[in-house]
Amino acid sequence: MIDILNAIVVLLNYIIIPGLSYGSQLALGALGVSFIYAILRFANFSHGEFMSFGAMITILFTWLFQSYGINLGFLPTALLAIPFAILATIALSLVTNRIVFRYYRIKKSPPVAIAMASIGVMFVINAIVRIIIGPNDTKFLDGQKFIIKAKQFKVMTGLNEGLAIKSTQVITILFTIILLSFIFWFLQKTKTGKSMRAFSDNEDLALLSGINPERVVFITWLIVGTLACVAGALYGLDKSYKPFTYLGLVLPIFAAAIVGGIGSPIGAVVGGFVIAFSEIMVTYAYKKFLIYLLPPSLEPSGLVQLLSTDYKFAVSFSILVIVLLVRPAGIFKGKTL
Amino acid sequence: MINLVGKDITAGYGGVDIIKDINLHVNEGEIVVIVGPNGAGKSTAMKSLLGMLKLTSGSVKFSEQNITNMLPQDRVSLGIAFVPQNQNVFTGMTVEENLEMGAFLRYDNIKDTIDQIYELFPILREKRNQSAGELSGGQRQQVAFGRALMTMPKILMLDEPTAGVSPIVMDDLFSRIIEVGKTGVGILMVEQNAKQALNIADRGYVLVNGKNSREGTGQELLNNPEVRKSFLGG
Repeated sequence: MIDILNAIVVLLNYIIIPGLSYGSQLALGALGVSFIYAILRFANFSHGEFMSFGAMITILFTWLFQSYGINLGFLPTALLAIPFAILATIALSLVTNRIVFRYYRIKKSPPVAIAMASIGVMFVINAIVRIIIGPNDTKFLDGQKFIIKAKQFKVMTGLNEGLAIKSTQVITILFTIILLSFIFWFLQKTKTGKSMRAFSDNEDLALLSGINPERVVFITWLIVGTLACVAGALYGLDKSYKPFTYLGLVLPIFAAAIVGGIGSPIGAVVGGFVIAFSEIMVTYAYKKFLIYLLPPSLEPSGLVQLLSTDYKFAVSFSILVIVLLVRPAGIFKGKTL
Repeated sequence: MINLVGKDITAGYGGVDIIKDINLHVNEGEIVVIVGPNGAGKSTAMKSLLGMLKLTSGSVKFSEQNITNMLPQDRVSLGIAFVPQNQNVFTGMTVEENLEMGAFLRYDNIKDTIDQIYELFPILREKRNQSAGELSGGQRQQVAFGRALMTMPKILMLDEPTAGVSPIVMDDLFSRIIEVGKTGVGILMVEQNAKQALNIADRGYVLVNGKNSREGTGQELLNNPEVRKSFLGG
């Protein structure tokens, strides 16, 4: 019985909790990509860099507050910085829209052309970020690091296995729940939200109903800027911030959006968790887990790890390929909000 | 008097003029039908009144106001509504949401108008929470019609409202169109089912090869031997 409990704790500690927080970060990122795709009809490869930019501004404001001695006690100071970073990221997305994406939209360029332009935007923002903050690893988490430490947990429960819950994991999950509930409420219940769904459903008919496309596009960038900033800041807070990791993050984010059905918000969220859990489950070494469950005679000699963690991205890529082959429209048949 | 007048309109796609010097008008409370053989430019004529394509020459006036260069969405706020032939509903949204979107520009209470539309099309009340994409062709047409009526238009344009529906549904739709016309809305429609459409029409235009070929009351056109021979099937 104790063994089973220990095995469950191992699973919680190494797969479920990290999966939930990484999945939340991917879900927020994928939701941003989906929004752009559903309204503006192109794949925005620069989304990872919007996240990176948001995280960078969060760090800069965190440093500023720290230098004034402002903090939130046991909570990370970054939480105080995020609202400012959201405003900055929204400003960046509106400026990019004005000088790059708007031109292609009015010219009615094919989606591939706009996607290529977004790759250019990606490199430019990446360069700007590295000029400002440098290419190195930055840790900006302060306050209380753990909600439950492994040792505390062992003492509390008397189990062999410890369960560590980082405050960033809980913050990530809470932020995601709040943001997602707000966005789904907004899309389903408000007039503006419905008009965005209408625009993504049938652009011509939306015009015939008097829906102003400029306004829909503006609100889309507001939402996308917010989502990107929060996703980026939470990812940086949870792992540590390094500009180049955000270039790599574009792959699992797109995998998540496409697996769920690109353009579908619920699909983006589900896709985020599918990708996160697959990455973690395929690269986790199950030896410890199995030792608790199997009789000693069957104890595994190897690590029981399907793939080394270096192949993390291969997992999201494989899932992406499989989904495109089997169900190209994604789990939730994307395209419209 | 409220009316929509297209004067000497020449327009087309990509530099090729499809309609040449066409004159059309529709007054409030009137049902006007545009008929003609395939490729005569019927839909093009209607779309040019709505501003969905740029005119090479000619003008469009709404109650004496020149709207030739106005964007289609701005014409909507003047009171000109349009029901396209295809993709005329928001398939991913419920019937009621479709109606709400029709009233996007309105800030007054839209509840009464929604009720009126449910009275006109009782089936929509039943299906109000179903997504429009799941409805049958005739029901979709009613949703499309309802969405346009939600704007409280003064002039309503219908592009082949009965395309692809069964004869029973067609009769039903035509009787609703008459009801709407009685409320004072001016209706301009393009129809393939010319005979039935001219039957309910106050006036009709016959377009051939992008030009006005004939006009008159519905009955006049129906009884005209030439019109009968050319495309009413004798």
